[in-house]
Amino acid sequence: MRGIALPGTGWLPWVLAGLASLGLLGLAVAIAMTVGEMRIPLRVALQALGNGLFDLGYAVNPIQQGVLLDYRLSRALFAASCGGALAVCGVTLQALLRNPLAEPYLLGISAGASTGAVAVMVLGLGGAVLGVSGGALLGAILALLTVALLAAGAGGASERVILSGVAASQIFNAATATVVTTFASAEQARGVMFWLLGSLGGVRWPDVWLAAPVTLAGFAICLVHARTLDAFTFGEDAAASLGVSVPRVRLVLFGTTAAMTAIMVSIAGAVGFVGLLIPHAVRLIVGPRHSRLLPAALVTGAVFLVLADILSRVLIARQVVPIGVVTALFGAPAFALILTRVRRSA
Amino acid sequence: MTLAARDLRWDAGGRIIVDGVTLAAAPGRMLGLVGPNGSGKSSLLRLLCGLRQVKSGVVILDGTDISGLSRRAVARRIAVVEQHAGTLARVTVEDVVRLGRTPRRGALSPWTEADEAAVASALARVGLGTRRDQPWETLSGGERQRAQIARALAQEPSELVLDEPTNHLDVRHQLDMLALVRGLGVTSIVALHDLNLAALFCDEVAVLAGGRLLRSGPPETVLTAGMIAEVFGVRAEVRLSALSGRPHIEYRLD
Repeated sequence: MRGIALPGTGWLPWVLAGLASLGLLGLAVAIAMTVGEMRIPLRVALQALGNGLFDLGYAVNPIQQGVLLDYRLSRALFAASCGGALAVCGVTLQALLRNPLAEPYLLGISAGASTGAVAVMVLGLGGAVLGVSGGALLGAILALLTVALLAAGAGGASERVILSGVAASQIFNAATATVVTTFASAEQARGVMFWLLGSLGGVRWPDVWLAAPVTLAGFAICLVHARTLDAFTFGEDAAASLGVSVPRVRLVLFGTTAAMTAIMVSIAGAVGFVGLLIPHAVRLIVGPRHSRLLPAALVTGAVFLVLADILSRVLIARQVVPIGVVTALFGAPAFALILTRVRRSA
Repeated sequence: MTLAARDLRWDAGGRIIVDGVTLAAAPGRMLGLVGPNGSGKSSLLRLLCGLRQVKSGVVILDGTDISGLSRRAVARRIAVVEQHAGTLARVTVEDVVRLGRTPRRGALSPWTEADEAAVASALARVGLGTRRDQPWETLSGGERQRAQIARALAQEPSELVLDEPTNHLDVRHQLDMLALVRGLGVTSIVALHDLNLAALFCDEVAVLAGGRLLRSGPPETVLTAGMIAEVFGVRAEVRLSALSGRPHIEYRLD
């Protein structure tokens, strides 16, 4: 007999898996703290962490202490939030749209969020009321609506959704480029273009305090809908016939993924392919059930982006490659691989 | 009276698909829906299980208007097996059948012994008891259909709606499929193309053409040469089979 969680024993594997993945994430973050232009031994990193968290009073060079706590730790924790959020978005969108290629970047949601963020940054739209994150959220929702409209016009078939996403990406990227080239100063333009490719260079603690709660809340909302997402296995009508209120679920989950994507994009720019790569990799290990898939994607996405950030700092000496370039380096081949597999089974 | 429709109308893009259909499924019996391609069978089935909003008319489930019930409440009563069920997800037979428990579980409630028992019994009834772990993509058309029926049974429905369940099945599996549904003892509404299968298995047959219900009643009164000529434009001879005691249709080539 399998598949039965006997009362009292079912939680043990979960707790072990949870502890193991938290340990892995902690290890990745620890490595991220030691790597960089200034190499700092792991022992010093842990001592600085002890000082920062519990005021343990280890003798750590104040410059190293500052670099570790103010720059590297916040950067690594944001990378973890961002990676986890994008992976969870990928799982959710793939289930809702029944499309293995669905993810925030390919669907144009990231592009829309970029346009919204740039409109606030460069044009000052909405001013202090909207903020960069708010602008990104509006842009993300606008992009989602554009994709939905284009897809409906193209017959609504799920394969069309990705094409619509490509079209929406182009539209919003063109809008962003127009705003930047027309209205931004040279210095502004340089900064914006670098941020657009995905960059964690400017991440500080306030960004972590925004991103981490959004990731956890978004994850919780998706996890509550895990069985609902399972019910979409055979399509929307099948989900409805299993008792799912499809319009409500779509509103809640599209809204959640748009918000998660928008916050991450407003801080780090459009980091692509995490939402594609991680769900497929994780599915191979834990199977298709969303109650396992979502937590596994959260942790794996977090670890992946922390490692990708380390790679972006060591790939070329004395230079930081945009993290979006690193994720695309892994993601684009994965995209091609998944595409050929979809064609074969279709 | 379990599931009934009164004066149902539905259109898509301005074209009338279902045009004033009134019918009722008798408890525990099998109602066959026959009619040419595009006569509105699938649309009528979707209206009957609340998957589409009626334009006018009502669907009544045990005296209650179905549009006033939650999706969940409907899903605990009516299970649906659609014509083409496909997925790219790498699910197993067990994963598919477990989906049937969705309307009976809360968002966070654990998998109970009742859930497990329902899944096990559903799998056994369709003869897939030993195939739990087989991936969906390796199943034949008949096995997929049976897995979907098992999923529907795991819902523990009192009404079962099936759209062309015998499509793409060989003779053996067509007969097994309908005998299985008939033996379940639930009220079933089944769209069928094969008139002889309808004659053989259904307690009642309803004929649909151009979105309208032309006739309904026991197979021997509905499935006549006159009806077949009128609705399908095919000349046929109908006689009572000595083997089954039910109408048997032979088509004549002009």
